[in-house]
Amino acid sequence: MKYNLASLFAGLIFGLGLIISGMANPEKVLGFLDIAGLWDPSLALVMAGAIIVGVFAFAVARRRTLSFLGFSMKIPTSTHIDKRLIIGGLSFGIGWGIAGFCPGPGLVALGAGEIKAAVFVVSMVAGMAVFELIERQRVKT
Amino acid sequence: MIEVAWSDFTPWTALAGGLLIGLAAALFLLLNGRIAGISGIVGGLLSPSRGDIVWRFAFMAGLIGAPIAWLMVADLPPIEINAGYPSLIIAGLLVGLGTRYGSGCTSGHGVCGLSRLSLRSLAATLSFMAAGFITVYIIRHLLGA
Repeated sequence: MKYNLASLFAGLIFGLGLIISGMANPEKVLGFLDIAGLWDPSLALVMAGAIIVGVFAFAVARRRTLSFLGFSMKIPTSTHIDKRLIIGGLSFGIGWGIAGFCPGPGLVALGAGEIKAAVFVVSMVAGMAVFELIERQRVKT
Repeated sequence: MIEVAWSDFTPWTALAGGLLIGLAAALFLLLNGRIAGISGIVGGLLSPSRGDIVWRFAFMAGLIGAPIAWLMVADLPPIEINAGYPSLIIAGLLVGLGTRYGSGCTSGHGVCGLSRLSLRSLAATLSFMAAGFITVYIIRHLLGA
């Protein structure tokens, strides 16, 4: 129960951060990605702000085997830089550049009642489902 | 030379929002021991295992509920979506497929990965940032859309 409540709370704070920062607005995101046009550097500060806090959090987390609520720490250990990682990143980046949406802002804009965000989110989940199908096929053969 | 759009530049709200996003990731990490990677949280629902479903929906409910909570206090800042429906569908498919293939997005690799100084996440972040810059360049300046 407290696990789910903490998830809800973290999601809510995350969403409010996306709204305040401007990340939930695709035009703002595209203004950041448009370095050859009139460039809006704002989103670099979003990343900087988030990472400043994150660095401390991970420094604390690294010294613990259990979270403050007593759950096991699930921090990724993979250091592998392979083709999947890069191709996946490039594919994601192209989609991000086309619409200005990444997953979090898509969900926030959906909550704001934007039909276009709903179309994006449904397509995103469909893309994830395609990935699952490909993976299952790959494991089978 | 890069020309900065000073009239669009919102350093303080960007920084404040970023700190809040970092706080959310920190809370999630220190309370539940997990990475706040949104593509992973959503994508995990497609290969569900027992006891691993509700918290994912709870996190998503928080994200979707954020604008609703915001509206109780103030008007929402503008959300301008200029992409047409075909573009949104293609973008969604690429984002969904790409984030699962690359094991993360702007939150998982960009925020959390860079915060724990992961070279793997740095490589992923550089890939999607580069692809984003190039895509916008092609769409806005070569195709002139």
